Amino acid sequence: MSESRAPAVVVRLQGVGKTFTLGDGSTVALSDINLDIGRGEFVSLIGPSGCGKSTLLRTIGDLIEPSTGTVQVNAKPAKRARLDREYGMVFQAPVLFDWRTVEENVQLPLELFGQDKTTRARRAGEMLELVGLSDFARHHPYQLSGGMQQRVAIARALAFSPDLLLMDEPFGALDEMTRERMNSELLAIWERTGITVVFVTHSIPEAVFLSSRVAVMSARPGRITHLIDVDLERPRGLATRESPRYFELITAVREALRTGEARADETAMSAERAVAEGGIG
Amino acid sequence: MRRAGGAVRRYSPAIVLFALLIGTWEAGVRALDVRGFILPAPSAIATALLDNWDSGYQIFPAARVTLYEALGGLAMGTSLGLAVAFVISRFPTSRDAILPVAVAVNAIPIIAFAPLANNWFGIQSPISKMAVAASLVFFPIMINTLRGLTQVEPSAIELMRSYAAGDGSVTRHLRIPNALPFFFTGMKIATTLALNGAVVGEYFGGLTVALGRVVVGSASALRFDITWSAIVVVSVMGIALYLAVLAIEQLAIPWHPSVRGEERTT
Repeated sequence: MSESRAPAVVVRLQGVGKTFTLGDGSTVALSDINLDIGRGEFVSLIGPSGCGKSTLLRTIGDLIEPSTGTVQVNAKPAKRARLDREYGMVFQAPVLFDWRTVEENVQLPLELFGQDKTTRARRAGEMLELVGLSDFARHHPYQLSGGMQQRVAIARALAFSPDLLLMDEPFGALDEMTRERMNSELLAIWERTGITVVFVTHSIPEAVFLSSRVAVMSARPGRITHLIDVDLERPRGLATRESPRYFELITAVREALRTGEARADETAMSAERAVAEGGIG
Repeated sequence: MRRAGGAVRRYSPAIVLFALLIGTWEAGVRALDVRGFILPAPSAIATALLDNWDSGYQIFPAARVTLYEALGGLAMGTSLGLAVAFVISRFPTSRDAILPVAVAVNAIPIIAFAPLANNWFGIQSPISKMAVAASLVFFPIMINTLRGLTQVEPSAIELMRSYAAGDGSVTRHLRIPNALPFFFTGMKIATTLALNGAVVGEYFGGLTVALGRVVVGSASALRFDITWSAIVVVSVMGIALYLAVLAIEQLAIPWHPSVRGEERTT
């Protein structure tokens, strides 16, 4: 992966829509999503439950196929990018295998990609150092706390040096203090590796603290209503969390979420009205 | 050492309870003067067992035959159960075709199948007894293993998909380790079923030196003390096989909550 030849846009979403069909009914989970994510960006997707942010993340990772539109990762179709192993994924649950030690868990992708034992061990060692868990390499996942388990999951996602890191509410199950510490650690890792991150969250402070851009989504149907640039200075830390600009941005995201919600309600209501008046169907 | 001490501590209540039951039984039979053919005293059963260990009803050689048949049936039924579980998990559409048949086969009464097996595989052949044992072993192994192969966290499947892992890799790295605890649960049921199957198979005819034949012969001669000693030997073999499964399980899945307990080092 030579940096100079790699495309400047890592993720390109064009007219992405997703409709789930369940029995007789169907739900529009995503509608007309357009978004470019540049190399090295940290973009958060934020929105109310059911706005399709996790679905959007999964279409980028080719874990869900969009009903309409195209998803490109590194200028190729998402499926090609997945088969070329160009992204790492971190879920809300750490999804570690209890039958493997911590270092064996980190080695899992490398093993699947057929790398030899020495490379695997070296790489896993580096990754565990990166997330500060070198002393726990021989432990089993169940012997670690929730925050440590999630750090192992991050180490595993980074082990094969993917271009893109997809994170689905990775710190959602952690307590507030651990979450803030994990936020800082994630930023440090992001700065050291220069990796592109797409991060799903429902925490406004988390989105603002981490991101270079926040994509605010609304539900019914899921769409991006606002893109907010986060111009907080880097590196970010405790001082960032106490700066006036941080609170301004939090307010901006909150307002955006509220107007998005109001607009969605309006659309839903006008649609209902239309149905009531016999305008549709 | 710590482990052995732990085992003694762990099983001592069971040993005490067992001794109490035997003691009460012995005392009850003596006090109430229960007649031998209704319920022999444990001491009478022990005497009968020792008297017929190598000679007479030849309980020890009979037990070896029965154990051999049970183990053979266990191996056959386990192999078949695993094979069917893997086929169904690999080709999910085959589930609806195979499962009803498996349930129907499992519903066949063992006393109906045993004479058929004797007829098919030869009444003198150990294979016919193994077939009866295997028919009992098959279902719990198949259904438990299948559950373990298919009841995998959806996000774990997504994780493997994100690595572009094929079905083979998913099976090897995720489904099989995930199924091991379920498989061992099936094995714990299967060991005693295999012994049961072998004894019932023997009951319907075959070699005279076999525990099923000891039961038939002694019961028709009203030597219930010997029938009881055959029961004791089957029970002891059942406990031994169960403990063997338990030991293998501890080696195979030390990471599972049922094996590791609730230890946490941090």
